Amino acid sequence: MPSLETLVAAILFGGLTLYVLSGGADFGGGVWDIFASGPRRQAQRDTIAHAIAPIWEANHVWLIFVIVLLFMGFPKAYATISIALHIPLVLLLLGIVMRGSAFVFRTYDVREQRTRRRWAVLFAGSSVVSPVMLGVIVGAVTSGTIRVDTATGRVQTDYVSSWLGLYPFTVGLFALALFAFLAAVYLTLETDQRPLQDDFRLRALVAQAVLVLLALASLALSTTGAPMIGFRMAAAWWGLPLQLLAAAATLGTVWALWRRRFALARLLAVAEAVLILWGWALAQYPFLVAPDLTVDSAAAPPAVLAALLAAVLAGAVVLFPSLAYLYRVFKARRRTV
Amino acid sequence: MSDLLAARLLMGISLGFHIIFAVVGIGMPMLMVISEGLWLRTRQPVYLELTRRWLKGTAIMFAVGAVSGTVLSFELGLLWPYFMSYAGALIGMPFSLEGFAFFLEAIFLGIYIYGWERVTPRLHWFAGWVILVSSMISGVFVVMANAWMNAPSGFDLVDGRPVNVRPLAAMFNPAALSQVLHMTVATFIALGFAVAAVHALMLLRDPHNPFHRRAYAIALVVGGVAALVGPITGDFSAKDVAHRQPIKLAAMEAHWTTEAGAPILLGGWPDEAAEVTRYAVPVPYALSLLAFNDPTATVRGLKDWPRDERPPVGVVHWAFQVMVGIGTLLAAVAVLGAWLRWRSGRLPAQRWFLWLVILCGPLGMLAIEAGWTVTEVGRQPWIIYGIMRTADAVTPVPYLPLRLVLFTAVYVFLGIIVTVLMRQQVFQSPRGPNWPQA
Repeated sequence: MPSLETLVAAILFGGLTLYVLSGGADFGGGVWDIFASGPRRQAQRDTIAHAIAPIWEANHVWLIFVIVLLFMGFPKAYATISIALHIPLVLLLLGIVMRGSAFVFRTYDVREQRTRRRWAVLFAGSSVVSPVMLGVIVGAVTSGTIRVDTATGRVQTDYVSSWLGLYPFTVGLFALALFAFLAAVYLTLETDQRPLQDDFRLRALVAQAVLVLLALASLALSTTGAPMIGFRMAAAWWGLPLQLLAAAATLGTVWALWRRRFALARLLAVAEAVLILWGWALAQYPFLVAPDLTVDSAAAPPAVLAALLAAVLAGAVVLFPSLAYLYRVFKARRRTV
Repeated sequence: MSDLLAARLLMGISLGFHIIFAVVGIGMPMLMVISEGLWLRTRQPVYLELTRRWLKGTAIMFAVGAVSGTVLSFELGLLWPYFMSYAGALIGMPFSLEGFAFFLEAIFLGIYIYGWERVTPRLHWFAGWVILVSSMISGVFVVMANAWMNAPSGFDLVDGRPVNVRPLAAMFNPAALSQVLHMTVATFIALGFAVAAVHALMLLRDPHNPFHRRAYAIALVVGGVAALVGPITGDFSAKDVAHRQPIKLAAMEAHWTTEAGAPILLGGWPDEAAEVTRYAVPVPYALSLLAFNDPTATVRGLKDWPRDERPPVGVVHWAFQVMVGIGTLLAAVAVLGAWLRWRSGRLPAQRWFLWLVILCGPLGMLAIEAGWTVTEVGRQPWIIYGIMRTADAVTPVPYLPLRLVLFTAVYVFLGIIVTVLMRQQVFQSPRGPNWPQA
C-alpha cells in the first residue's frame, strides 16, 4: 500500500495526464490550425474548431485541478515552483489567456473571415507558446538545478538559470510535438470525409516522426541536463521494459494510422502518451522538485492529505459520470473503425 | 512603485476583473433556468429565444471568466508564494471542492450551449439547473477560502507555524457563513439589475418588444427580491465583523476613539495623521446600535491599535459608504417597482422608471467591487488576519511593476474582446413572426 503522500502525488499526476490528453490536444489543434494547407484548408480549420468547442472549458479545468491539488497537497513545492519558474509560468499564463480569448473570439465573432484570420494568428501563436512553456517547466523541475532551503522555504537559485537552457527547451518542443500528435490522431475521428481524414492522418504520421526524434534528443540531453532522471530511465529495473512498451505503442500507432484504423490509433496514441508521462513520473519519484523537495518533505500534514483524498473521491463520483456523458453526447456520433 | 504595492494592485485588479465574470456565471443560470422553465410550460417561442440569447452572452462571459480564473489560480503562487506555502494546506479544501464544482459547471454548460439538438428538452433544462447549483456552490467555496484569511482557524499556532491542522474546521471558519450569505445575495442583486438595465435600455427604443419586456421582468424580479434580502445579510455581516475584526469595523466607520453610544459617520474625510474624521455628518448612537444591538454599547476606535496595524482608513470608509449607499438605493428601487406593479397591475415600464433602472444597472457591480475592497483592504496590513503580514507573503522575484503593466494590458484586452462580442451578440432586439404583443 503506497503512503498517503504517494497516493496524493499519483492523483495529481493523473490529473496532469488527463490535462495533456484533453487540454494538450486542444493546444495541438491550434498547431494544425497554423499548418492548415491545401485545397481543404478551411475544412481543416472548421473541423478543428468544431471538435474543440463543446469540450474546451471542461478540458481546461484539469489544469486548475492540478494547480489546486499541488498547493493543497504540496504547498512547499507550489511555492518553490512559483518563485523559481516565475518567468516561464507568466509566459505560460499569457499563452493560456491569448489562447482562451482567441478561442472565444473565433467562436462568437460574426464578422467576415478576413478579420477573423487575424485572431486566428494569435490563436495559433499562443497554441505554440503554452505547450513549449509547459515543457520547459517540466524540464526545469526534473533538471535538479532548483535549490531551496528546506528549513525556511527560501529559494536559493536565481530566476533564470534553471529553465533557460538546451535541455528544458528540448523538453518544451517535445511537449509541443506530443500535443500536436495527439490532436492530429484525434482529428482523424472528427470527420467522415475521407480526404480530410487523410489530411489529419498525414499530419499524425509526421508529428509521430518528429516526436520520436525529440524523444531521443531529450533522453540524450537528460544525461547532462537532468542527470538523475536520465540515469534512472537507463538503469532502473523498469526502465527498459517501459521504453520497449512505449516503442511498441509508437509502432502500433503508426501501423494503425497506416491501415486507417483510426479508433485503434487513438487508443494506441493515448497509451503512448501515458507511458511517456508515467515513465517520467517513475524516474522523478520520490522527488517533486529535484533535489531538495520530495513527495514526503513537501507534503501537507496527513490530516490535510486525508481530507483531500476524501474530497477527490467524492468529487470523482460526480465528475466522471458527467464527463463521460459530455463526451458521449458530443463525441460518440463519429465511430469509424 | 514598490514590489509590494505592485503585487497588491495586480491582485486587486485581477480579482476585481474576475468577480464580474463570476457574478455573471452564477447569476445568468438563474435567469436562464427561469426563462427556459417558462418556455417549457407556456411554449411561447419568445422564452426559447430569450434563453438562447442570454445563453450566448453567458457563454462569452463564461469563457473569458474561465481564463481570468485560471490566471488567479497561478497568481496566488506567482505573487504570494509564502502565503501559499503557509496556508495552501489550510485553504486547499474549499478550493479543491470548488475545482469539482467548476468542472461540473463547465461540463453541463457545454451540454447546455451545444446540446439543444442532442438531448431532450427536459434534460436540457436539467443541465441548466446543474449549472446554477454548481456555480453557486463554486462561489460559496471560494468565499469560504477568503473568509479563512479574515478568521484563520482550524490549526494550532506553535512557534509561528500552523500545526495540528484541521482542514474542515478551517473551511467552516467563523467568518464563512456571513460572507457566503452576503456575497451570494449580492450576486443576484448585481446581476438582476445589470440585466434589467440592458433590457430597459432596449425598451426605451422599442417599448412594446415582447422579448425585452419578458427579459426585463424576469431580471427585475430576481434583482429586486435579492435587493430586499441584501440589507439583512449586510447587517449580519457587519455585526460579525464588529465581533471578530473590530479594527475593520472601526476603519469602515472611520471611528477613531473608543466610546459608548458611538455615532455613525456619514461621508467625511478621515485624516490618518491627525486621527480624526473631518466634515462627516454624525448619526448619534447609530453605530453602537447597528453593531451590537444596543445604543450605549462601547465601540472600539482605531486609536486602540498601533499605527502599523491599521488599514488605510479613507479607502475602507468610502468603499463601505458606497456599498451601503448603493444597497439602500437598490432596495428602495425594488420596493418602488413592486408598488408600481401592484398599483397598475402591469409591468413597471414607465419611461422614468426605465431610466431609474438603467441608472441602477452598473451600480450593483460597483457595490460588489466596493464590498470586496472593504473586505480586503480592511484586513490590511495582514494577509492572514493577525498572523501573517502581506509584506511577508510577497514573492522575492524582482520587477513586479512590470507584471502589473503586462497583466493590466491583458485585462484591458480581455475587456475589449468582451465588449465587442457582447455588442454583436447580445444588444439586439429580436422579433418573431408569431410572438404575442406586450
